[in-house]
Amino acid sequence: MYRYDEFDQSFVNARVAELRDQVERRLAGEITEDQFKPLRLMNGVYLQLHAYMLRVAVPYGTLSARQMRMLAHIARTYDKGYGHFTTRQNIQYNWPALSDIPAILDDLASVEMHAIQTSGNCIRNVTADHFAGAAADEVADPRPYAEILRQWSSVHPEFSYLPRKFKIAVTGAERDRAAIQVHDIGLHLKKNAEGELGFAVYVGGGQGRTPMIAKKIRDFLPEQDLLAYCTAILRVYNLHGRRDNKYKARIKILVHETGTEELTRQVEAEFAALKDTELKLPDADIRAIEAYFAPPALVDRPEGDEAVRVAGLDSRGFADWAQQNLTTHRHPDYAAVTISLKGIGEAPGDATDAQMELVADLAEKYAFDEIRVSHEQNLILPHVARADLPAVYAALAGAGLATANSNLITDIIACPGLDYCALANARSIPVAQEISERFASLERQRDIGELKLKISGCINACGHHHVGHIGILGVEKKGAELYQITLGGSGDENTSIGEIVGRGFAPDQVTDAIETIVDTYLGLRTDPSERFIDAYRRVGPAPFKEALYGHEAKAA
Amino acid sequence: MKVLTANRLVDGEAVWFSADNGWIEVIGGAEIARDSDNEEKLRQIGERAAANNEVVDVDLIDVDLDGGVIVPKRLRERIRAAGPTNRLDLGKQATAKDTHAA
Repeated sequence: MYRYDEFDQSFVNARVAELRDQVERRLAGEITEDQFKPLRLMNGVYLQLHAYMLRVAVPYGTLSARQMRMLAHIARTYDKGYGHFTTRQNIQYNWPALSDIPAILDDLASVEMHAIQTSGNCIRNVTADHFAGAAADEVADPRPYAEILRQWSSVHPEFSYLPRKFKIAVTGAERDRAAIQVHDIGLHLKKNAEGELGFAVYVGGGQGRTPMIAKKIRDFLPEQDLLAYCTAILRVYNLHGRRDNKYKARIKILVHETGTEELTRQVEAEFAALKDTELKLPDADIRAIEAYFAPPALVDRPEGDEAVRVAGLDSRGFADWAQQNLTTHRHPDYAAVTISLKGIGEAPGDATDAQMELVADLAEKYAFDEIRVSHEQNLILPHVARADLPAVYAALAGAGLATANSNLITDIIACPGLDYCALANARSIPVAQEISERFASLERQRDIGELKLKISGCINACGHHHVGHIGILGVEKKGAELYQITLGGSGDENTSIGEIVGRGFAPDQVTDAIETIVDTYLGLRTDPSERFIDAYRRVGPAPFKEALYGHEAKAA
Repeated sequence: MKVLTANRLVDGEAVWFSADNGWIEVIGGAEIARDSDNEEKLRQIGERAAANNEVVDVDLIDVDLDGGVIVPKRLRERIRAAGPTNRLDLGKQATAKDTHAA
């Protein structure tokens, strides 16, 4: 894992001291809320419905056991015993007092963490494939590049007041698990014919009120040009991005309005001027950062297959979990474990302090001290020997963390929604909970197969509904909650934006509507291997519209 | 009918304004403005409280009276007054239960 150097630590410490002074001055009435608000936002402090909210950065979703324990400590000491893992691989606390925030940030700084640039019109936490460094299908670990981008973008003087927020994601595999095509910049780490590392560069993707799929503007950017090229993109955006209208200020609108060809020309022109400057990454520097992410020394554990087989015969629960929540590791004796934070009927992404402590213990004991947060709001132990899986499962099951639903319909992404969020128009969590309860049967979920269901409580789309195979968007209509359903979205290497299927549904109708959609899919799929998204792409919306609204058309 | 609400600066706690008790942590007992003159009075109280750095995000919200109980018109404000609907153990609703139990 990356370790802070002296510069990193003193920088973070100085920022905590700065915010402590700002909080003290605010509480003493020396600065107004208008003056203070941008300062607190730069440090991840929002004001929501019930209290302040603190969003803590988890760079590229990677945590050590020590860091996870500190997150648990904060939940227990300053909050209400839980935290909420987000689609940006971060964690949010929903109840901190403003007066406690400097102390929280001190605690975070003691484990090399902070909340800088988790808000504001700057470059946000860079996300990466949550199986980075472990996945069998990976060309190289994307996290060293995410770390290079983190260092470059932290309080970057030129890019701290962009027209709007800016999100970057990096994946190191053909199979995109980081949703790079719905990011402002998406980077696909790959090798060229000569075996050299570089990136396919995507620009101008995003969700929110105007969802757009990113355009590929470079098929292969050599790794040493990463910062020069990203600087070129940010410069073009900073100069031409719209500042007159908040809703048109993201780079996706600039790309759309400028046209991909012209925008690419502008970026390439900037890049030509930057290419051979100090922004060129020396090979030694890349390799030095890479060394921080050196894979753990995985000793062969060939007894794993037999251990898994025997445990599976012994316990149906283990067999189900092993079938659903494991991802193929590059080492055949190991697996990447998905720890579901989507227990049936629970709030997606929430974890208690005790659960965080347990995950930290398991990481230390069985997983080389590594934990990941996935953008799908689960936790990952990326390197677990298959021989240790029965013990890991038993410990997780004892803490309600062994729900075998990874990638199934109850593995729902949901934003906090109107239960917490000041921007939301409708609730998300209760909708997720009711759908989860309705589809609780694992047998039924398995029969349905891979199905990505994503729920947002407002048009800002924090719940990624646009790229849900089934997406749900909560809106407020005539003072009541109403849920629009979109179908056919996808946030992988074949990204697509879901289409609204028809009129929305009241809160007490939405689960029935989802069930109708699922039953329609089950009735029309060619065979159980045809996933929901594939079936939808084959048949289009018509059968689903008919099933949801056909009786109305006939009655009319 | 309107009541005055805000979040307390120091801890973000949702609060409502009561003529007798100042900023209180539950909506019951909040001062109700039934006409525009009283709304204006509340608005000015809110403005002063924000200027005095007692509260932030001051708002006058629409409410109804249901059997003498103040009920905000908007769901958002009903959730602020109670707590997250998925966690009845949190927010004002949790404290209210404790009170009943006592």
